Amino acid sequence: MILAALPLPWPFEREYMQLALAGGLVVGICAPLIGTFLVQKRLSLLGDGLGHVAFAGVSAGLLLGVWPVWTALLAALVAAVAIEWLRSHGRASGDLVLALFFYSGIAGGVVLTGLAGSLNAGTLTYLFGSVLTVNRTDAATIAVLGAVILLTVGLAWRALFSIVLDEEAARVAGLPVNMLNIGLAGLTAITLVAGMRIVGILLVAALMVLPVGAAQRVARSFGATLLIASAIGAASATLGLAAARQWALAPGGTIVLVAASAFAITATGSFGHAISRR
Amino acid sequence: MRPAASSIVAAEHVSFAYGDVPVLDGVSFRLTAGEFVALAGPNGSGKSTLVRVLLGLLQPRSGSVRLFGSPPGVLADRSRIGYVPQRPAIAGLLPATVADVVAAGRLGHRTWWKRPTAGDRAAVDDALDAVGLSDLRRRRFAELSGGQQQRAFIAKALAVKPELLVLDEPTAGVDADSQRRFRDAVIAARDLGGTVLLVSHELGAVADDLDRILLVRHGVIAFDGAPAELASQGVSLGVHATDLPVWLEGLG
Repeated sequence: MILAALPLPWPFEREYMQLALAGGLVVGICAPLIGTFLVQKRLSLLGDGLGHVAFAGVSAGLLLGVWPVWTALLAALVAAVAIEWLRSHGRASGDLVLALFFYSGIAGGVVLTGLAGSLNAGTLTYLFGSVLTVNRTDAATIAVLGAVILLTVGLAWRALFSIVLDEEAARVAGLPVNMLNIGLAGLTAITLVAGMRIVGILLVAALMVLPVGAAQRVARSFGATLLIASAIGAASATLGLAAARQWALAPGGTIVLVAASAFAITATGSFGHAISRR
Repeated sequence: MRPAASSIVAAEHVSFAYGDVPVLDGVSFRLTAGEFVALAGPNGSGKSTLVRVLLGLLQPRSGSVRLFGSPPGVLADRSRIGYVPQRPAIAGLLPATVADVVAAGRLGHRTWWKRPTAGDRAAVDDALDAVGLSDLRRRRFAELSGGQQQRAFIAKALAVKPELLVLDEPTAGVDADSQRRFRDAVIAARDLGGTVLLVSHELGAVADDLDRILLVRHGVIAFDGAPAELASQGVSLGVHATDLPVWLEGLG
């Protein structure tokens, strides 16, 4: 179904650009929200690890003829819970657990892709993103996943911050630490799946980390960090899409490069400030 | 044996082991309302493990623990407990103010999803005031000195207005001013009717305020009595830092 595009100025005057912008904004806002907690918990690579498992899920979906978003979501959610369980029960160190899923996921994806025949265009769409082909169904799915993330973080961010500060004290206070940790891992999986059509499985984790790295250098409070990181993510999506259209660049990579630039600017500014205070 | 009604903490023949390595061996004691008790002993004696068993973070291999008359795992109102663990590892760039950190102490199992109330904000103000950090409430936590950070964690525990305050090595490595302010904050909590259990090597700052000292050695309670009983045996609580460990060795 083709409906009239909204009256937005260039470069978002076309409907396909508006759908891309809608999806990009949802992911740009939500990914840094989740990433703020992951960075403080020193789990910055969790998104990357789950991304590789989601690749196996996408490959399974393409092989079985199921919409790959659902199979990727299922694979990432199962892996998220498993990683958190192994980490919290001390079965293996956090980085070893991530490495286990990182490599198993990509190996599973390669095997399943081989069974399907070859690395086709459908697989590449999810690996590297294809934001300009986002249709209304994709945009609606991303919006629903984004609403789940926003609602959950809105309710739980103070408790998640308490766990970031001191997990043991949070347990003594009676907070449902295990449930919240698993919930955070699950939200990471949902964010990943929401973002895979926008910037691709291989790059969505960057939107969980880079805006946060920039925001935590300029924000003073934790609440402000969440807001500023989301604003940087949203701005990265908007500017990245505009730049991609102007210069015919790959949109997913351009969005992430804008976010990386924001990080570099704040890091350089902080470094300069530190030097000037000496 | 059923603990007396006034027991805030009751440990009965508590034993614990990490795998095959025994850490606690039949530990029994009680804390009553309003007591200020120190838990001391050499490194590796089992002090921190005992605290974690008391709080329900670890399950005893045998024996029982009761907090406010209930097993720790089923205690309904956890806000009766304030806990300051050994200094947590905080990310160097933690983007949070001092007030953010202290306010986190107000979250409980029935309130974690709710917005802070005026009562929560007043409790945070009181706790910051008690540790002398009111002026720094908007300062970024990572910019504080080690002693100030530790006082912020104590304020976080005080923010729930606990009936039982448990502090695990809260003054390790902090400056003299922070130790003095720490002492004032703990005494203020005790004066409000709270029971205080302090795990520390450094008892000099509170030596005159303690009601009781529990000394743990090799996983058993080697001494349970008033500071004056230790003093009568020539054991100092802090002025001479080596006195206590040397004395403990002599017990064996």
